[in-house]
Amino acid sequence: MQASVSSLSISHPNSTFPSNIRLCGLRQEALRIHSVSQLNKRESRRIRIVSRKSCLQKRLVSVSASASENCGPPKSFDYDLVIIGAGVGGHGAALHAVEKGLKTAIVEGDVVGGTCVNRGCVPSKALLAVSGRMRELQNEHHMKALGLQVAAAGYDRQAVADHANNLASKIRNNLTNSMRSLGVDILTGFGTILGPQKVKYGKVGFPNNVITAKDIIIATGSVPFVPRGIEVDGKTVITSDHALKLEVVPDWIAIVGSGYIGLEFSDVYTALGSEVTFIEALDLLMPGFDPEIGKLAQRVLIKPRKIDYHTGVFATKITPAKDGKPVIIELTDAKTKEPKDTLEVDAALIATGRAPFTKGLGLENINVETQRGFVPVDERMRVLDANGNLVPHLYCIGDANGKMMLAHAASAQGISVVEQVTGRDHVLNHLSIPAACFTHPEISMVGLTEPQAKEKAEKEGFEISIAKTSFKANTKALAENEGEGLAKLIYRPDSGEILGVHIFGMHAADLIHEASNAIALGTRVQDIKFAVHAHPTLSEVLDELFKSAKINASVTEPVGEPVAV
Amino acid sequence: MASLLQSRTPSLSFSSSLCSTPVIRPSAFLLKPRSGSRIPVVRAKIREIFMPALSSTMTEGKIVSWIKSEGDVLSKGESVVVVESDKADMDVETFYDGILAAIVVNEGETAPVGTAIGILAETEDEISEAKAKATSQSSSAPAPSAPNVEESSPAPKVDAPSPAVAAAPAPTSAPSTPGKVVATPYAKKLAKQHKVDIGKLVGTGPFGRITPEDVEKAAGITPAPKSNVAVPPAPAASAAPAAVPPKAPASFPEIPGSTVVPFTTMQAAVSKNMVESLSVPTFRVGYPIATDALDALYEKVKPKGVTMTALLAKAAAMALAQHPVVNTTCKDGKSFTYNSSINIAVAVAINGGLITPVLQDADKLDLYLLSQKWKELVEKARAKQLQPNEYNSGTFTLSNLGMFGVDRFDAILPPGQGAIMAVGASKPTVIADKDGFFSVKNKMLVNVTADHRIIYGADLAAFLQTFSKIIENPESLTM
Repeated sequence: MQASVSSLSISHPNSTFPSNIRLCGLRQEALRIHSVSQLNKRESRRIRIVSRKSCLQKRLVSVSASASENCGPPKSFDYDLVIIGAGVGGHGAALHAVEKGLKTAIVEGDVVGGTCVNRGCVPSKALLAVSGRMRELQNEHHMKALGLQVAAAGYDRQAVADHANNLASKIRNNLTNSMRSLGVDILTGFGTILGPQKVKYGKVGFPNNVITAKDIIIATGSVPFVPRGIEVDGKTVITSDHALKLEVVPDWIAIVGSGYIGLEFSDVYTALGSEVTFIEALDLLMPGFDPEIGKLAQRVLIKPRKIDYHTGVFATKITPAKDGKPVIIELTDAKTKEPKDTLEVDAALIATGRAPFTKGLGLENINVETQRGFVPVDERMRVLDANGNLVPHLYCIGDANGKMMLAHAASAQGISVVEQVTGRDHVLNHLSIPAACFTHPEISMVGLTEPQAKEKAEKEGFEISIAKTSFKANTKALAENEGEGLAKLIYRPDSGEILGVHIFGMHAADLIHEASNAIALGTRVQDIKFAVHAHPTLSEVLDELFKSAKINASVTEPVGEPVAV
Repeated sequence: MASLLQSRTPSLSFSSSLCSTPVIRPSAFLLKPRSGSRIPVVRAKIREIFMPALSSTMTEGKIVSWIKSEGDVLSKGESVVVVESDKADMDVETFYDGILAAIVVNEGETAPVGTAIGILAETEDEISEAKAKATSQSSSAPAPSAPNVEESSPAPKVDAPSPAVAAAPAPTSAPSTPGKVVATPYAKKLAKQHKVDIGKLVGTGPFGRITPEDVEKAAGITPAPKSNVAVPPAPAASAAPAAVPPKAPASFPEIPGSTVVPFTTMQAAVSKNMVESLSVPTFRVGYPIATDALDALYEKVKPKGVTMTALLAKAAAMALAQHPVVNTTCKDGKSFTYNSSINIAVAVAINGGLITPVLQDADKLDLYLLSQKWKELVEKARAKQLQPNEYNSGTFTLSNLGMFGVDRFDAILPPGQGAIMAVGASKPTVIADKDGFFSVKNKMLVNVTADHRIIYGADLAAFLQTFSKIIENPESLTM
């Protein structure tokens, strides 16, 4: 609890932040309390920006760095901030930088939007929207229970694929336009760091441009990770990049890896009529999820579907289909390393995770060594060099640093960095970042899993408690005939601190934010249980969850002034 | 004798923080000794395992999984089964040592609180008796509960339920040997469900793999588009329409201004049947038949409500009775299926659709009853009220386009039948008899399409000969 509060309350070293403030609705105001000196600084910065915007036509106008920053003698830079990589992380950082009055440029060698928008979260949501509806229409029992009659549901593969593609290009355009309209310079080409505060960019075969920036953020993201021995041909042995184009719906597809990506694709493929075989190196499917949620999810998402699985095995060799032979997968026991089995399937999807895309960044020019490809950073996303020292004015966010490989985590890290370079120390609380898996029904989580919480409790000497509520008791869920689901709260009974929340059930991905916001703002269970939820809504699942928790501490402080209505 | 099974998970209610709560015992999961009144010999060592009441509001529970399989030896305190109530899932333990003799309610099925879900035997000797008991239970106990929760429990036969918990695919051992059995995930699931030995099947799928259809065939199930809660998407239903349309537009040039009207359900069914019929090797045999006598008879019986359709159907049925092979069906490509009754399906065009009302036992009903029956069927068909067995139970189809003046045509064999007869119009025809005398007689051309896997040319010829004799001497029709 203390950790999350302190991480947020560091608005300024001098800020007089009342640590026991009642949080609902008041916290935002509290965060605005800055010392006078900082306010002055921000004012002066804003004024400077206004004057600069008038001469935006001159591209590489030199602006003087804010004199209040402690970086030696004033120096001239082309930009206040240059971001390498225009994915969701870079985009989030750029938008916040503009809001903070920084002259910002973003370097992109491929398409704006990065993995998330073009080859990840966004198009996969389009496919999952289709699979969700197919699943519903094909579930005759479910339809009948609602009194609906539907003739056999079918789909047009190309139209489904187009939907995903159209969505990606729409979001890509939105991102591009939002940056353009705010005055972010989008520089095309691969970015390379030449030295401190100096970036080179340019397309292959074109002369390079060199720009200087007061601060640089690396946000180059990641690419699908393909283990050794697996030959990806893009047709029968594919990664998520190919699968999202939905060029074929194979009769039988093996999915290597049962994490988020694998699970979501199993949902899509089985809804479209494929049979699926999971190959998981660990002993259990769905590693990384809270075990209890994983068990329930398995019962709903795997067991009744046309899915089987092999656990505790590596896919050591995968040969694409050719010469009239199917895709051949050699399985090796993860422990004994002995060959175990051979599978013959129509296609294989490699969903074994993602590898950082940090090659060609010129990190050697500033003595930075990647670790398994990841750029080493401290808790403030500041890049560390080979000797473990901070590299001044260089930050790395998102998948490239490997802290938490989620689009919204990258964006949050970017915002955190911008806060720091504009003079407000900020450390992002990663335990407050929610994650979601968009299967049907969805899975979402924030904070610690039960085993993680237990370990922490043991180490730090406190008790934890668990509360659970079922979707079966929720009116809205029952009205939708979607009573399958569970919400689980892991908390400290002594202080009321929320350690983790896990949800499996209808719209779980949308429901998690009440919990993640509570963690981010340091709201305690005994306080949030008084918040009112509209009836009948799915959000009452969380309402009931908080209410069912037993806290030994009393309400921290009375609710603020009553407001007459 | 009644005692408790104890819940291991201390989570009876979610409304309390559970970390350090002591274990709660639901006073529900009873193991009752079998009552002597029901079975002649009292053997107190066989106990029924009952659906426990896990909460005050629970009226029925769903078996999430059996942790133990039939035949497993149980010792006191072991978890046996996971039960899902309206609130939670709970592991339930046994308070008795014994052997899990039989599982009465399968995984995924629901049973009311208090009904037997399994049978526990104390010694191996009692297993067979316990099993017998389970069979009698399964026929009665799950019946009332199944319909209200699970519209269709996975298998109609519950006599030997599959007990496994993890559903892990049977790890096939031999690596990449040619004799290796390859079965798709769903095929494996079905095999387990229906107790089909997958090792004994011959796969018909790509690369010789065993498909769900192969298993269904082996289990004697027609892969009808059944609603199945546990296994939602029928691949045939979704994959087939997906596979066909994208191909079709590619080969046709687009003509501007055309409108596309999607198939109605009936039209889609026709389309599906017609495409399916392509997999059957068919051939055709034609036969000219003089109809003067039939026409004369028709004039006589017409006032009594007899239609030409009924006359033809009756004639075909009588001929079929003498040639049972023409009334057979080839279901699996390996055998003849001799149909016990002669059901004549008659193709009727209705509101842009095509349906085949069936005159059941047409050989046994007399002409007048048959005509009356036909009238009813046609009315029902117009009102779209035909029951499935009234349009899909045909064993032989009759299609008559004679009323339009069509002199001959060729019918497509509907799937599941051995032969179809296409009847043309009866027309005055100049005929030279064996003595060289010319005369004009009414003649119609009859053309039969048949499945050559089971019906050969000589069979059809003989059948047609009989049929023509009946038509040319139609008195027998009225008898």
